[in-house]
Amino acid sequence: MRRYVYIDDSDQQDLYCDNRISNRKYTILNFLPKNLWEQFSRFMNQYFLLIACLQLWSLITPVNPASTWGPLIFIFAVSATKEAWDDYNRYLSDKQANEKEVWVVKQGTKKQIQAQDIHVGNIVWLRENDEVPCDLVLIGTSEPQGICFIETAALDGETDLKTRVIPSACMGIASELLHKIKGVIECSNPDKDIRRFDANLRLFPPFIDNDLCPLTINNTLLQSCYLRNTEWACGVAVYTGNETKLGMSRGIPEPKLTAVDAMIDKLIGAIFLFQIVVVIVLGIAGNVWKDTEARKQWYVMYPTEGPWYELLVIPLRFELLCSIMIPISIKVSLDLVKSLYAKFIDWDEEMYDEETTTPSHATNTAISEDLGQVEYILTDKTGTLTENRMIFRRCCINGIFYGNESGDALKDKELLNAVGSNNPDVIRFLTVMALCNTVVPLKSKSGVISYKAQSQDEDALVHAAARLHMVLVNKNGNILEINFNGLVILYEILDTLEFTSDRKRMSVVVKDCQNEKLILLSKGADEAILPCAVSGKQVRTFVEAVEQYAQLGLRTLCLAWRELREDEYKEWSLMFKDANSTFVDREWKLAEVCQRLEHDLEILGITAIEDHLQDGVPETIETLRKAGINFWMLTGDKQNTAIQIALSCNFISPEPKGQLLLINGKSEDEVCRSIERVLLTMKITTSEPKDVAFVVDGWALEIALKHHRHAFTELAILSRTAICCRVTPSQKAQLVELLKTCDYKTLAIGDGGNDVRMIQQADIGVGISGREGLQAARAADYSIGKFKFLKRLILVHGRYSYNRTAFLSQYSFYKSLLICFIQIFFSFISGVSGTSLFNSVSLMAYNVFYTSIPVVVSVLDKDLSERTVMEHPQILFYCQAGRLLNPSTFAGWFGRSLFHALVVFVVSIHAYADEKSEMDELSMVALSGCIWLQAFVMTMETNSFTILQHLAIWGNLAFFYIINCIVSTIPSAGMYTIMFRLCKQPSYWITMILIVTAGMGPVLALKYFRFTYRSSAINKLQQAERLCGPILSLGNVEPQLRSIEKDVASLSITQPKNRNPVYEPLLSDSPTATRRSLGPSTSFDFFQGTQSRLSSTYSRNCKDN
Amino acid sequence: MLISVIFIPIGVASLLASRDVVEIVDRYETDCIPANYTGDELSFIQDPSSNKTCSRTLTVPKHMKQPIYVYYQLDNFYQNHRRYVKSRNDKQLRSADNANSTSGCDPEDRANGSPIVPCGLIAWSLFNDTYNFSLNNEALTVNTSGISWKSDRDKKFGDNVYPRNFQNGTLIGGKRLDPSRPLSEQEDLIVWMRTAALPTFRKLYGKIEVDLEANSTISVTLENNYNTYSFGGKKKLVLSTTRWLGGKNDFLGIAYLTVGGLCFFLAMAFIVVYLVKPRQLGDPSYLSWNRSPSGH
Repeated sequence: MRRYVYIDDSDQQDLYCDNRISNRKYTILNFLPKNLWEQFSRFMNQYFLLIACLQLWSLITPVNPASTWGPLIFIFAVSATKEAWDDYNRYLSDKQANEKEVWVVKQGTKKQIQAQDIHVGNIVWLRENDEVPCDLVLIGTSEPQGICFIETAALDGETDLKTRVIPSACMGIASELLHKIKGVIECSNPDKDIRRFDANLRLFPPFIDNDLCPLTINNTLLQSCYLRNTEWACGVAVYTGNETKLGMSRGIPEPKLTAVDAMIDKLIGAIFLFQIVVVIVLGIAGNVWKDTEARKQWYVMYPTEGPWYELLVIPLRFELLCSIMIPISIKVSLDLVKSLYAKFIDWDEEMYDEETTTPSHATNTAISEDLGQVEYILTDKTGTLTENRMIFRRCCINGIFYGNESGDALKDKELLNAVGSNNPDVIRFLTVMALCNTVVPLKSKSGVISYKAQSQDEDALVHAAARLHMVLVNKNGNILEINFNGLVILYEILDTLEFTSDRKRMSVVVKDCQNEKLILLSKGADEAILPCAVSGKQVRTFVEAVEQYAQLGLRTLCLAWRELREDEYKEWSLMFKDANSTFVDREWKLAEVCQRLEHDLEILGITAIEDHLQDGVPETIETLRKAGINFWMLTGDKQNTAIQIALSCNFISPEPKGQLLLINGKSEDEVCRSIERVLLTMKITTSEPKDVAFVVDGWALEIALKHHRHAFTELAILSRTAICCRVTPSQKAQLVELLKTCDYKTLAIGDGGNDVRMIQQADIGVGISGREGLQAARAADYSIGKFKFLKRLILVHGRYSYNRTAFLSQYSFYKSLLICFIQIFFSFISGVSGTSLFNSVSLMAYNVFYTSIPVVVSVLDKDLSERTVMEHPQILFYCQAGRLLNPSTFAGWFGRSLFHALVVFVVSIHAYADEKSEMDELSMVALSGCIWLQAFVMTMETNSFTILQHLAIWGNLAFFYIINCIVSTIPSAGMYTIMFRLCKQPSYWITMILIVTAGMGPVLALKYFRFTYRSSAINKLQQAERLCGPILSLGNVEPQLRSIEKDVASLSITQPKNRNPVYEPLLSDSPTATRRSLGPSTSFDFFQGTQSRLSSTYSRNCKDN
Repeated sequence: MLISVIFIPIGVASLLASRDVVEIVDRYETDCIPANYTGDELSFIQDPSSNKTCSRTLTVPKHMKQPIYVYYQLDNFYQNHRRYVKSRNDKQLRSADNANSTSGCDPEDRANGSPIVPCGLIAWSLFNDTYNFSLNNEALTVNTSGISWKSDRDKKFGDNVYPRNFQNGTLIGGKRLDPSRPLSEQEDLIVWMRTAALPTFRKLYGKIEVDLEANSTISVTLENNYNTYSFGGKKKLVLSTTRWLGGKNDFLGIAYLTVGGLCFFLAMAFIVVYLVKPRQLGDPSYLSWNRSPSGH
């Protein structure tokens, strides 16, 4: 299906949708039903609604229906209001976008209409800094060369300016004539690929002969981009409204559920089952009792013949009585504390990046607990581990190494001298550096030139060339102006042979305006350039240079040039044009044509660009790995660069401690064999204390995922570390998916647009608000300024959040079960008739007021100080394994509530027996017993006290008495004067003390016993903390020191060597070592490959993938 | 340890307080059945013409200081039954204006087409045994005023609410009320309406405001009207003095002693264990990962 867009043709107006953007979920009319429907699709809400409805039946309700309806309506109102507010905001922003005034041409005349009235085929005029209202095909700009600049930050997060050109067919049409332009654009149906636009343009006479003109993404202006540095531009609307590329790619990401939430849901399910059992048992017992006993009790006056539903009455009463087992407040308080966790992350000053003044931010407030349960971290390399700030460090020109001594070629006197003395080799080298790129120089009013580059490498090269007096001054259409030592040289760009990830090189054909010479300038990865070198010429020095630079973790590029003959170029130029306008396999054909020009190159030299590791990356990785988290590095970069970076940031250990296993192969069989070998080795080495990592490249990965998914999954589980190079964004996402299917908690961290899919796919997505734009940060659940903050995010925030939620949820169940068990016990002495011991006010207030405040304050609780956690990251294991919230811990709480209920009940009914057994008094005694126990349980479970916590716990207790005293002064209330009466009785206070001691005594003893004799690692650290603050002290130093020494030893091998200027065989003895351990199979011993095929990198590799 | 030190004295004190209380309990529901009705108690109690009078003698074991509380105790009587406990209307009791509000009183809400005041099962089943005490053939006055809570008399039971249409239905429950006295003065009703939470409960009948000497004999003439035979409930007459902790109730004392003792033993046990096997706390070398590098 293709779409034919007739330019400015009102006939086809209604064929496609108009440009109205709608992100709204609701309309005013359907809001209430739709929202209610959504809320009720949740099981919890259905349950509570059912309970609330049952309560309306006064025959069975034990308490006032308001006690359920009140909270229920409140909860619904809160979430509905939130939804409505969000939707209203969406509506406002839509409206703003829809009602923006734009200039369009309709029937040959230019008029101003609202953006929502744009139709497909309309010609839209944009002025500088306008936002593009829909997807346009550019047909005219103010610039005579037919280019314009756009900023695509909103689309892909890249902040640099991009150049867009008008199709050749529209070249040179005067702006007045553009009004009358007619033609047809043949394009594909709307899709969401923002890097692809395959279309053809055919203009109708009188403009140009019926020539088919190819269109690419470079001829389009996509919705939400901004027009920059261009006075005006105009284009034909091809996709509108929600059919634009942006609109199509917009999707509501699925809400993420944390493992804790899943566990809580499971527990709720279990409680629900338990409740059903209780209800059935008690219901039957109640009916039996009724028939055997109650009929004899004349004062109860059971009618001999009841209605048909009589048998159901008692079970339903118990159902209502037990409905509080599932605390209605749990979701509300969980939501509340979760947003508090998120606020803690936002407020954390230690995660504030001072350099870029970006605080960390939690976009998704619901998944903080998962941070504490992460098992796999999948990280991007460029911009995540490294700073993505490229700095030109060294170069090798014609066999001469510059920058080796100082580590900075720009300060190398020899190079400066060479530039000064007009060394032709150096000049040619610099010319390529300055010309062979897509950088746009921008001259500000003060005359300072700034560069807008699409890739950081090009930026670094152009800047370096400028420092070496070869300044790219201006780009005026195809004319490039260069200022070399005060001399202005002009070049005309004839063709650009663009970079693709397959070609791994780019070239430009320029004409020197002075001597009309045609030159081909190329730069690219060494393996892409060196084979094209003039045959017979020695390239060995260059290979060595590349190898040396790669060892240092530098990104290398190979620069080359060739002078072209006039006729050769002309012939090629025709072919190039032809290939450019093909419709099928355009990229492949172009590559083939380019190949014909890029041969017999004269290699000029090698550039080496440094990509700094971010601050604290090795330490962070080390700490997190100690915490039991497995790291996978997914990068679009070359294998060798990836491995070098991995080595330098502690990702993998160097030989002999670490071992790298390579999976490669181009065919299915090769990959299969490779995987099997690696698996085997992996299994053998698991017994040895060795860090084994596997390395896989994109091609092998694709085969592995397609055909050997099972084996690969097995491998993924076995391996703690993996490096995946040359992977595409979708492969990144697939890997996340793979780990997720194995039930691992994954965290994906990245900074660029190519990481977005992986970030969205992972359980937790973390975005680094870095230099590659904010796209990843926007898509992510958490955004941080630097990779090193990940440590704190996981160890401190994740761990605390998990602990707190685990406590909070179980405590919520505990308190609800406690009160519920008392009700059940009471039913045994009230003729199993479903009488509620507590009155409605107490029941409602119990969950809402008396017990919720201390719980919420428990979010301040810290079981271990932040320092201890950082020093002992292994403690995170407790969170990962879900040690603090699982059926068995829950059973502990369940047992505790049963025990406490028993204590409260037995003590109350015995202490208030005989003449004191008055209903209201007894209920109040039992209730205050519960509250007292709660306060002490809270105190016992709190590890770190702040004033706020004391205030909450004891204030809450006081609050309970105040509230009840106030209620006791109301004559119409059922419990009028009860509280005063009780407070005056010594027996009441003695009963309270008894309840507390009898309830807490065994629990405390058990806890003390566990703490001392069966202590968990957490307990041990707590003890250590209490004893002497800093853990490294006295007799404990020795074992600690030993482990630190071990760490230092492994660190010291890698780090100093990174900065060592002289080639040091970092892994010199590795081939033998590896081979020994692997036996005869040498093919996947990558270190061997290192010698022959070290290669350079090219940052766009990873972006274009 | 500390707990046991505090608890044992409290336990002893409460036990002593409880032991100090002098209590006379007399169960009479079986003995007050005439011999010819044995085995057929139900027809006896339901026969309005049968003579229900019964006399009992009680011996005072120890000197009893006034006030001596007279309770009746019912066993196996579920005042806390769901049908029962709800069957009342507080509004109606409070004010004469609400005489017609009988919601919740079902099935004793209306009789003969007009509302019952006070309505509901609780009021309907008001306890109607009566006791007359005499000491050495001299009548002992039992003061039946001030036996209910003052707050109930003032706020819960209106002084302008008079019983109306009460016990006029086909089934007679318990005691009839004097229609000329307002509810706030009918303290036996007020006491009864404070429903008990347990199936065994005592309710105050009155107070004897003279001291009783040890070994003196009290003769009680009671009217055994209340039907507990249909459900096998017991009826007891209780005379009891009171202490700071209330009536006779050993539970608290025993519980305190038990908990205190347990705490003592636990503390001792921990101390012994600590002495036998001392263990240094807070030594990170105990941490599993410090013991073996790969040992999770």
